[in-house]
Amino acid sequence: MSEFLRTYLTVGIFGAVGVGLVAALLGVGRILRPSRPTPAKVENYESGVDPVGDMWSQANIRYYVFALLFVLFDVEAVFIFPWAARLEDYGLFGLVEMAIFIFILLLGLLYAWRKRMLRWV
Amino acid sequence: MTGTLVLAADPLLSGDVGLVEVLLTLGKVLLAFGFLLVSVMLMIWFERKLLGGMHQRFGPTMAGPFGILQTLADGIKLFFKEDLVPDRSDRFVFKLAPYLSLIPAFLAFAIVPLGGDFNSGGSVELFGRTTFLQVADPPVGILWFLAMSSLAVYGVMLAGWSSGSKYPLLGSVRASAQMVSYEAALGLAVASVVLIAGSLSTHDMVLAQAAEGYFGVIPRWNVIVTGLVPFIVFVIAGTAELNRPPFDLVEAEQELVGGFHTEYSSIRFALFFLAEFMNTITMSAVIVTLFFGGPAGPVLIGELAGFDIGWAWGLLWFFLKLFVMLFVFVWMRATLPRFRYDQLMDLGWKALTPVALGWFLFLAALETGRQRDWNEAAITVLSLLVIAAATALLVRAVRNGRRAAADAAAAEQVEHAEHAETVGERS
Repeated sequence: MSEFLRTYLTVGIFGAVGVGLVAALLGVGRILRPSRPTPAKVENYESGVDPVGDMWSQANIRYYVFALLFVLFDVEAVFIFPWAARLEDYGLFGLVEMAIFIFILLLGLLYAWRKRMLRWV
Repeated sequence: MTGTLVLAADPLLSGDVGLVEVLLTLGKVLLAFGFLLVSVMLMIWFERKLLGGMHQRFGPTMAGPFGILQTLADGIKLFFKEDLVPDRSDRFVFKLAPYLSLIPAFLAFAIVPLGGDFNSGGSVELFGRTTFLQVADPPVGILWFLAMSSLAVYGVMLAGWSSGSKYPLLGSVRASAQMVSYEAALGLAVASVVLIAGSLSTHDMVLAQAAEGYFGVIPRWNVIVTGLVPFIVFVIAGTAELNRPPFDLVEAEQELVGGFHTEYSSIRFALFFLAEFMNTITMSAVIVTLFFGGPAGPVLIGELAGFDIGWAWGLLWFFLKLFVMLFVFVWMRATLPRFRYDQLMDLGWKALTPVALGWFLFLAALETGRQRDWNEAAITVLSLLVIAAATALLVRAVRNGRRAAADAAAAEQVEHAEHAETVGERS
């Protein structure tokens, strides 16, 4: 087994213990707790009155726009981290290259800003 | 390519893997688990007690000395509560969501170095094997933490969505938009530290910070080396990522009842609660690792009764720093009022992200210059000039945009008025 895989094996064990703990907690809860469901109990909570309308109500489209913007910056991280970790190897060339890249990226943010996508009204 | 990566790996796993290695790994895993669970219990008590003090009341007092067992009592109580799954929910996803919330919270902690004497390499000798006092030191290092904090969004999002109810849905869309918004700033603050440390591994980062400080007294912590800005950005973005006050819009009680976990009851609710506090502890631990040198610190007494206890000092320093960070989080909760949603988004996108990007480039320029022996003062002045110019351009562009928007709004109003007039004439 390669060293690479071994390190992740530890993480895997850690994760497995975590899953085991959650399952154990839920299992113990299942044994101990009472279960006497009535129709009123399994209704949605809407501050005490009967639930009104559809269960999945509409959400503001702006949330979606922010998710799209996030993709812009998340993809950027893919380029930034390897470069930041090996700064010496890329030197001045890398710095200029990264400056141009981030400049273009900021243009994207500025575009969204000017298009008033960042405004929450 | 391989130089740093091989150095970064835990020496325990580089040789043959026998029974001792497996047992040691298991021991470390269980220790980390025990530590996390106990510290979550203490953290909840600590937060309630401290908040009580800041509000001029007592906090928990009844269960155990100083109410220290209050969390345990609450947890046991939740086992005996009826578990309700709403009729309208998506049952499978509803039951899956607590796992998705808690497991990443556990896993993120794996990369935090807990102890060791970093004045001499940071490794520990146990049962004739050399190892690091951290669960795992994967090559991706700090990226592992970022990945896990991204995964936590799924738990929150799916919990709210699958409830099939209005408050949780609103809470969960708020949460996901907020968490992704601040993730950009968080990642850039981390990138600044990676830049200085030259490695993604948390162990190497601590090692770099353990080096000789300035004037013999000021430690070489990244909070100083990176010039405070990434630290401030990280703490603000981290608080938002944790959905803690003043950024707790996700579960703003006055608006959304309980937010995404409104429909959860019994032990499932407890799991979300556990995940939330576990994330707080992990975030504090990561802040300590990235900016305050983790377990690095002086060894005051190297030997006790013939045993080498240098590594135990690392544990002590780590816990002290962690404690201070946790205190700061509770302090912020007691002090700051909640943000409005538009203020929250503005702070994330219009302030933190550009600042973090600018500072990141500035640090990169400084570091590149340092490597080729340029005049540091000249780079600093030049970089600051560039940043000032960029800021001026940005402000100008935004002001123009605002003016155009105001003009458009005014034009619309005139149109409205004209329209109203014609309607009035007609009637």
